[in-house]
Amino acid sequence: MSKQAIAIFAALLGLIGCLTVLKSSDAYAAGGEAIHIERHPWSFAGFFGQYDKPQLRRGWQVYQDVCASCHGLKRLSFRNLAEPGGPEFPVESVKALAKNWDNKIFAGPNEDGEIVDEDGELLVRDPLLSDPILGPYANDNAARSANNGALPPDLSLITKARGIPTHAIWYKHVAIMARDIVNGYQEGGADYVYALLTGYKDAPEGVQLSEGMSYNVAFPGHQIAMAQPIPEGGAVEYQKNAGAKTSLHQNAEDVTAFLAWAADPSLDARKNLGWLVMLYLLITTVLLYLGKRVIWSRVKH
Amino acid sequence: MADHSSTYEPKSATAKWWDERLPIMRLLSDQMITFPTPKNINYLWTFGGILTVFLLLQLVTGIILAMHYQPSAAEAFNSVDNIMRNVNYGWLIRNMHAVGASMFFIAVYIHIFRGLYYGSYKAPREILWILGMLIFLAMMAAGFMGYALVWGQMSFWGVTVITNLFSSLDGIIPGLGTAIVEWLWGGYSVSGTTLNRFFSLHYLVPFVIVGLVVLHIWALHMTGQNNPTGVEPKTEADTVPMHPYATSKDLFAMFAFFLMFAWFVFFLPDYLGHPDNYNPANPLVTPPHIVPEWYFLPFYAILRAIPDKLGGVIMMFGAIAVLFFIPWLDRSRIRSARYRPIYKWFFWLLVISCLALGYLGAMPAEEPYITWARIFTAYYFAHFLIVMPIVGVLEKPKPLPASISDAVEGGKSSSGASAHKKN
Repeated sequence: MSKQAIAIFAALLGLIGCLTVLKSSDAYAAGGEAIHIERHPWSFAGFFGQYDKPQLRRGWQVYQDVCASCHGLKRLSFRNLAEPGGPEFPVESVKALAKNWDNKIFAGPNEDGEIVDEDGELLVRDPLLSDPILGPYANDNAARSANNGALPPDLSLITKARGIPTHAIWYKHVAIMARDIVNGYQEGGADYVYALLTGYKDAPEGVQLSEGMSYNVAFPGHQIAMAQPIPEGGAVEYQKNAGAKTSLHQNAEDVTAFLAWAADPSLDARKNLGWLVMLYLLITTVLLYLGKRVIWSRVKH
Repeated sequence: MADHSSTYEPKSATAKWWDERLPIMRLLSDQMITFPTPKNINYLWTFGGILTVFLLLQLVTGIILAMHYQPSAAEAFNSVDNIMRNVNYGWLIRNMHAVGASMFFIAVYIHIFRGLYYGSYKAPREILWILGMLIFLAMMAAGFMGYALVWGQMSFWGVTVITNLFSSLDGIIPGLGTAIVEWLWGGYSVSGTTLNRFFSLHYLVPFVIVGLVVLHIWALHMTGQNNPTGVEPKTEADTVPMHPYATSKDLFAMFAFFLMFAWFVFFLPDYLGHPDNYNPANPLVTPPHIVPEWYFLPFYAILRAIPDKLGGVIMMFGAIAVLFFIPWLDRSRIRSARYRPIYKWFFWLLVISCLALGYLGAMPAEEPYITWARIFTAYYFAHFLIVMPIVGVLEKPKPLPASISDAVEGGKSSSGASAHKKN
């Protein structure tokens, strides 16, 4: 066994030796240079990670004051904001919030088959708790038309729909994968969103930006149609008891955490149940192993 | 093995009544309780049971998901999201199904490599092996179509790339490839029609797999299990009854495997997927890197390693087809690589090649990855077409133990048996 293991190990080492001569920097040569994105210490990362309720509440405030002017959150309903595991706002305030939400719910056709009122405006009503959190645009064409041809994506799943690619030579790649599996790391999407929100810089010397575009270090290609949404000093005024002071980084972190919750609202429940399941499986596995040992002790095998 | 005479004795009048009409209790007793199992089989033999459980798990979770899923281009993605957010424990069912597919493939790859190492495909187990390969093929079809059902960007473009491969058949008979592609799509592009038929087939294929598994187990119980020595059991001393011996070991291994399963389901449910599949399918936007699910990556690497489209398609399907002929390609007189000093090295080279191809399949199709993919593709085929026939004839195997009991006792002729740790 040991001789065999040493031999396999030696073979693998030889293979690593052969492959090390390949330069990893060539890897993404065709796809633009590798963008390095820092991993952020999220409260909801890892096995014990859970959302930080005050942070989700601050994050909602940032979404409402900043993002919502262009981006919808259509896969969420207002009621979600009051549900366990989220910002858990009081139901009454969420009701009021929905009622006053600028982006109304289409209410046509009415009894007469009309879809517009006397003024030619679309028939709408105030959102209820069960209604989706809509963005300002009636459809993608309206959104593009208002944004110089760019489409502000719906943010309901944004932290799941983005990631940070690993740029490393293969053995490091494998090591990073192993580390992420052991640490329970799947927050690449949140890391990306945070890096994007805090990644607005002046374009470096020699980079010509197209009209209406901004320079962003995290965005693939670096030219992004979204103007810097959160200024250096922060975009929203947090209340005194909000648990944090406003700043670009604080706003960006809070709204990213909020969007992570929006994309994965069952995370807290999932991890809590996960530990119980793991514990159950672990105990059962040990008992089954002991039982197996007793049974097999009867035969030489 | 199968001719081990029935030991079932109906103990009550009811049992006797049943036994004369439908001897199902006799079947279960003979095949699952008293069935003789080689006493030296190691933990690599527990994956058959693990696979059976995962097949059932996929069926149960899949049937529940189908109650909430809507197979239309407009609603498929939304309905999956609805399952995740609004169906009670929908996130759990969906994560179990998605992660379960990955676990299924991890288990099946270990199961296949175990068969390769210990020569479990050799006579009289050729049919057993071929049935296994048919199951593998059906699993790939089910996995591919299941991933399509999410109808995210990677679903859509994965389907587009893979189904388009068939158009290369135009190079053989003009018009054939195009006709097949249009037939698969149900139209002139990947559309809701394609999604709908994939849903229908995704629901059907698992039941085909169940049928194949029944045959696989039947064939297994005709020949009995192989074992690490590759020497058939000779006396009753070489075997133990399936219950409680194999069952207790299987159950322990299964729960150990469940630990890894739960790890992913609860803490890393999206790790094995691709972020781009959380963007709804959009025929107008092509993702920068289109990659299939991880378990297809070695085959994807082979496809891309060949500069010619038709050639790539032939090699990719050839990589699976060649597995069916292994029982006849391997000319070795003995089964287990434990007693094959030369072949053993080639076996590990094959394992490394497959892992390397998996890695290369995830990388962009550019240098130096393409060259490496070609090297490992060449070895993959050489292993089956050159190494297996030639090494089998040239190699002088180590002396085999006289019997399983002999190997377990550590007799002088069973040097390789030391690799099998005793409890």
